[in-house]
This record gives sequence, structure tokens and C-alpha cells, in this order.
Amino acid sequence: MSDTNIHTEEHRNDDASKLGMWLFIFTELLLFGGLFLVYSIYRAQYPHNFHEGSLELSVTIGAINTIVLLFSSMTIAMALTAMQRNNKKLAMTMIVVTLVMAVVFLINKYFEWGAKFHHGLYPGSDLMALLERGHLLYFSLYFFMTALHAFHIIVGMVLLIVVLLRVKSNRIHAHKYVLLENGALYWHLVDLIWIFLFPLLYLIS
Amino acid sequence: MANNSSHITDYKVLTRVLLVLMFLTFLTISVTSYNLAAFTVTIALLIAGVKSFLVLSYFMHLKYESLLLRILVSIVFVLFALIVLITFIDYSYR
Repeated sequence: MSDTNIHTEEHRNDDASKLGMWLFIFTELLLFGGLFLVYSIYRAQYPHNFHEGSLELSVTIGAINTIVLLFSSMTIAMALTAMQRNNKKLAMTMIVVTLVMAVVFLINKYFEWGAKFHHGLYPGSDLMALLERGHLLYFSLYFFMTALHAFHIIVGMVLLIVVLLRVKSNRIHAHKYVLLENGALYWHLVDLIWIFLFPLLYLIS
Repeated sequence: MANNSSHITDYKVLTRVLLVLMFLTFLTISVTSYNLAAFTVTIALLIAGVKSFLVLSYFMHLKYESLLLRILVSIVFVLFALIVLITFIDYSYR
């Protein structure tokens, strides 16, 4: 405008960064969307096998992980609010809480998968090869979708650790927090996917 | 600075959204424990839809984002719904 506002400001556009993050999130949604599509087609073809398969998963562990992820989604949203209000300490605490929740999620997943592996149920195992087709499809989808989701959790953790370090070194601050915002968006995506994975894999009757 | 004019969501709002999300999670679990045949999936997916709407609107701040972004996000979900619909039509009329 007419303001002679000559700062030595770096060139950046936060709205564009966020739009870029959203475009990436769209590709992620469609990636999982494709898997949900495969799931729904096979579920329609083998309803009984899918039902039996889901009975072998622990609803309790699934529910705990749902609560853990929902809670972590709130804490990372709070970290952003804290950063916007220039409360660096609270922002860092909230990011750390989010990371702890992510670890809790993965530990739960470890025990859940561990029990399946213990029973000889894992991709490529002899038992898997003996299963009925519908059963095999259910467990293949279960392992693939939860593994891909867990991989996203790990990527999200790496991203949040980078964000945490940058908040610590003041490279992210109350006037420049778009990386925290984008990291939070990614974390919410992970939560969003789990919101659909949980009922579809654990709760089908 | 135009870059920082974004909406700040209050802690209280975030906490309330979390409580609603947790309530909906328990609702899904209790609803699906009854055998309502085909309705179970429909109800579970409806609740998941409501939950994702809350996450998108409040946690992901879409409620306070530009119209462009909100339209883009809606297009992705509509696109996915269409893909599912067309695939199912294909499968049921083979």
C-alpha cells in the first residue's frame, strides 16, 4: 500500500504454505481413501469373514488408542494456541505431551501386533496362507492399513520434534509459527484417519 | 502483519471439542455392540463423519479459514464419495 513500510522482512507467505500443506493432506486422504475403498468392496463380498476377523481384535486397545490420539490432537492444537499467544513454555509442553501420546499409541500398537505375531498371524506367515480368502483379505488390510497409519505416526513425530527444536531455538515464535501450524495439521490428519480406521476395523458386527 | 491475522482458538473450545469427541467414541462402541444389522455400519460411519467434521472445523481451524480452502476440502470428500459410489455401482451390476 502507500505505507512506506520498509522492513528487512524475509519473503514468506504463510497462507501459501498452509495451502501447500492442505494439498499434501488431500493426497494423503486419497491414499487412505483408496484403501478404504478396497476394504469396503471386500467387506461387501465377504461380510462374515470380516466380522469374524474383527472379533479377533481387542476393542479395548483400539478404544484406548482412539482416546490417546484424540487427546494428542487436542494438545497439539493447544500448542498452536499457546504459540499464537506467545506462551513459548506452554507451547513446548504441549508438543512434548503430544509426542508422549504418540509413543503411548505405538507401544499399544506393539503389544497388539505382538499378540497377533505370537499366534502366527502376520503377513506372509504359514497361518495366513491357510486362512479363508475373506479372512486373509481382512487381516492383510488390517496389517497394511494400521502399518501405514503407524508409519504416519512416526513421520508426524519426526516433524513435531523438528518443530519442538525450532520453538526452543526461537526460530518459531509468536509472529512466525506456520511450521507449527502445518505440523499440527499433519498430526490432525493422522487422527482423522484413525477416526475411520477404528470403527471399520475393530467395531464391525 | 497480514500473515498473523489468523484466528486463535481458545483452550476452552479445544477442551470441549475433545470431550464431545470422546463422548462420540463411547457412543460408537456402545452402538456397535448391539447387533442392528446394516444400520450398525451406517451409524458408525455417521458418527465418524461427525467426529471428522469436528476435527476439521476446530482442531484444523477450517471453520476460520478462507472459503477457498473450505471448498477445496469439501471437493476432496465429495470426490471420494463419488469414487466409492461409482465403484459400488460397477460391482453390483456386473
